[in-house]
Amino acid sequence: MSKINSKIPEGPVAEKWDNFKAHQNLVNPANKRKLDIIVVGTGLAGASAAASLGELGFNVKNFCYQDSPRRAHSIAAQGGINAAKNYPNDGDSIYRLFYDTVKGGDYRARESNVYRLAQVSNDIIDQCVAQGVPFAREYGGLLDNRSFGGAQVSRTFYARGQTGQQLLLGAYGALNRQIAKGTVKMYPRTEMLDLVVVDGKARGIIVRNLITGEIERHFGHAVVIATGGYGNVFFLSTNAMGSNGSAAWQIYKRGAYFANPCYVQIHPTCIPVHGEFQSKLTLMSESLRNDGRIWVPKKKEDSEKIRAGKLRPEDLKEEDRDYYLERRYPAFGNLVPRDVASRAAKERCDAGFGVGATGLAVYLDFKSAIERLGQNVIEERYGNLFQMYEKIVDENPYKTPMMIYPAIHYTMGGIWVDYELQTSIPGLFAIGEANFSDHGANRLGASALMQGLADGYFVLPYTIQNYLADEIHTPRMSTDAPEFVKTEDEIKARIDTLMAIKGSKSVDSFHKRLGHIMWDYVGMARNKTGLEKAIKEIQIIREEFWKDVRIPGDTKGVNSELEKATRVADFLELGELMARDALNREESCGGHFREEFQTPEGEAMRNDVDFTYAAAWEFKGENTEPELHKEALKYEAIEVKQRNYK
Amino acid sequence: MDLTLKVWRQANATAKGKFEQYKVNDISPDTSFLEMMDVMNENLIQQGVEPVAFDHDCREGICGMCSLFVNGRAHGPDDDITTCQLHMRKFKDGETITIEPWRAAAFPVIKDLMVDRAAFDKILQAGGFVSVNTGGVPDANAIPIGKAEADEAMDAATCIGCGACVATCKNSSAMLFVSAKVSQLALLPQGKIEAKRRAKNMLAKMDEMGFGSCSNTGACEVECPKGISLAHIARFNREFIKAKFND
Repeated sequence: MSKINSKIPEGPVAEKWDNFKAHQNLVNPANKRKLDIIVVGTGLAGASAAASLGELGFNVKNFCYQDSPRRAHSIAAQGGINAAKNYPNDGDSIYRLFYDTVKGGDYRARESNVYRLAQVSNDIIDQCVAQGVPFAREYGGLLDNRSFGGAQVSRTFYARGQTGQQLLLGAYGALNRQIAKGTVKMYPRTEMLDLVVVDGKARGIIVRNLITGEIERHFGHAVVIATGGYGNVFFLSTNAMGSNGSAAWQIYKRGAYFANPCYVQIHPTCIPVHGEFQSKLTLMSESLRNDGRIWVPKKKEDSEKIRAGKLRPEDLKEEDRDYYLERRYPAFGNLVPRDVASRAAKERCDAGFGVGATGLAVYLDFKSAIERLGQNVIEERYGNLFQMYEKIVDENPYKTPMMIYPAIHYTMGGIWVDYELQTSIPGLFAIGEANFSDHGANRLGASALMQGLADGYFVLPYTIQNYLADEIHTPRMSTDAPEFVKTEDEIKARIDTLMAIKGSKSVDSFHKRLGHIMWDYVGMARNKTGLEKAIKEIQIIREEFWKDVRIPGDTKGVNSELEKATRVADFLELGELMARDALNREESCGGHFREEFQTPEGEAMRNDVDFTYAAAWEFKGENTEPELHKEALKYEAIEVKQRNYK
Repeated sequence: MDLTLKVWRQANATAKGKFEQYKVNDISPDTSFLEMMDVMNENLIQQGVEPVAFDHDCREGICGMCSLFVNGRAHGPDDDITTCQLHMRKFKDGETITIEPWRAAAFPVIKDLMVDRAAFDKILQAGGFVSVNTGGVPDANAIPIGKAEADEAMDAATCIGCGACVATCKNSSAMLFVSAKVSQLALLPQGKIEAKRRAKNMLAKMDEMGFGSCSNTGACEVECPKGISLAHIARFNREFIKAKFND
């Protein structure tokens, strides 16, 4: 347990970040030019970090698997970004944003990191406006805000339903400027396959060029992982098809601890699954819960009629509808946090009140908002989301209520990092969704964009210098060093093994099987028996995968099946660690719901005495149980309470 | 639905390509077009044939990675969508569907249906940004911006960089793409400071990358999945002329 050192600065929580910055080591401009930094990923965290580090004068190498950095999956974030500006004068403050985030995370986040996040949130909005991000505005020319789940103030800045796109394009613009200047060298269509560690420090990465198939070595004085979350372990999720957990998993196997892998966010408002060929799930922004009301029929027979197509939802009388969130949580109503809203939907559907052909859907209804505000206002607020829904489902949501159901969306767990965002391997950093530190067991809406940009623009560019200040005498290392050669050989051997299997089943078929196991046993509701079963089943699928997977083509040139295979091979290990972590955590908190631990009303029951810690797992070798390190979570500025949204 | 697919296959950038025919059966009309392609590829893998390479990622119409010319239209037979948002209900049972990559000199084919759109990145690197460093910027509400201007800037900023405009244009011009960025930033006070140099540099880079000229036929606007208006090209032209007068 002594292996964990979170390096939280001294002093009251409100002064820690200033204290750190006042005393940290910096690198002078002449020395910055001598230092190389590798950034893997170009989402909000990666692009903002690469651009900011380039501006400071470091030599940055930035990698992404997509054809352009602009396509990273941050682009798909819809609803907005939080900040404690208090422009609406409704009582917001840095402390309140901090408090809401810690509470929303069910008291499982690191207090000092969250406070810093709230502190820099305002700078992010300023930065984005300066870049030309076209946020929504009032007629007076000032910025508009809307409300999101888990907060009683309106602190969310937005650009229609495409906030992630606009913020990412802002960061991508800053990145482009540095690419043109030559401070950042961009490597698109390049995937990181392993980390090179020399004398205990991260010194480079091994990548595959996805066009030529060549395996390449890259040196860096420090390596930054900004590769997002691992939600695609479930096969069906709101993640992009290429989103993967491989960089995170490979560094875990090189010694970086993986924290709280069981904390997965299941987003309450996604378009329900339609069939077995479905490849991904589409999110309908949480912002819709500002004006949409969630309901199912009060009577089971009405649900049955709707499922059979004998009754239209818009024809069901007001008194026959059960607005179950407003009924159960009058204080927050439809704007309860995501974990609470998701479980409530599952509860109604499991009890037989669900709608849609499968019975696994609830309604999100805009009728009263359209009556109150007019269709044009709703169109202006959510037009692109309504259009997206209509294209997929072939129904007009202005007339017929939307059907929604929870789906895997975000992973709060991730690579363990200290206050400086450094992993347990010196010189290796993890930022954005890839790390674990800020959202605890549940992330509030519009906080992912905030965290990604906070890490990339305003935290890492400071903290990484505290490490690099001691590296100014380290010369650039040749990538012919034995550690590079050895790591590359290992990767090549792994790829050759995969290609040589020449089995009978496609990569996707294994991925889908894994996804079913994960959703059934490591999904919205978990229990001991199910989790133990999941661990066994995953091991069986993994064994079959390595005996029977079929990858056509060869290693030269584009080979999409090989790309998928290396990612799924890692998911088949990561899934097991998630189940193990869920099994270990004998309590319910945030996105982690253990059926054995709930109140008589079905609310999550935490166990603060035994589980107020972050679970950091250390890899101990193939087919060996990982070792658990516990980082105790201390709350000094906040009183720990049972969450209550009633 | 049972369908015949005529798919462009090309081993690499220099190889000669040709159409191959594949059949897919029992496709639900609620399946998305790319999910239908997944089924086709799953069949090919089972037959020991190398699957068809195509670009795709978010599958919700925002990343801009999917491309495809389907039955002669960029992103297929529906309006205001990307290929990943196209659903099979737009086709008829028994239909033959022709699937091709974007075809433009500036977008060389990499393999099968994948093309290289790095030229778009290069154009934006030539000036598609506001030159501010991280930190030290004014408060976000320090400069009010009229709602109409902000909304119009947002209309332009919704460009996803997919390249449908180029693939559709008979001259393979990138004017709609370039103008969307120039126009967004020209409408905002933050972008005005560099407006002249941006318009000139981005246009020069567009020409250098091998895109054709704009003859204002408006085909790009029709096929743009985000409905970006031709009016942005007009604004770009105005910005460019303004900049030239200052030379």
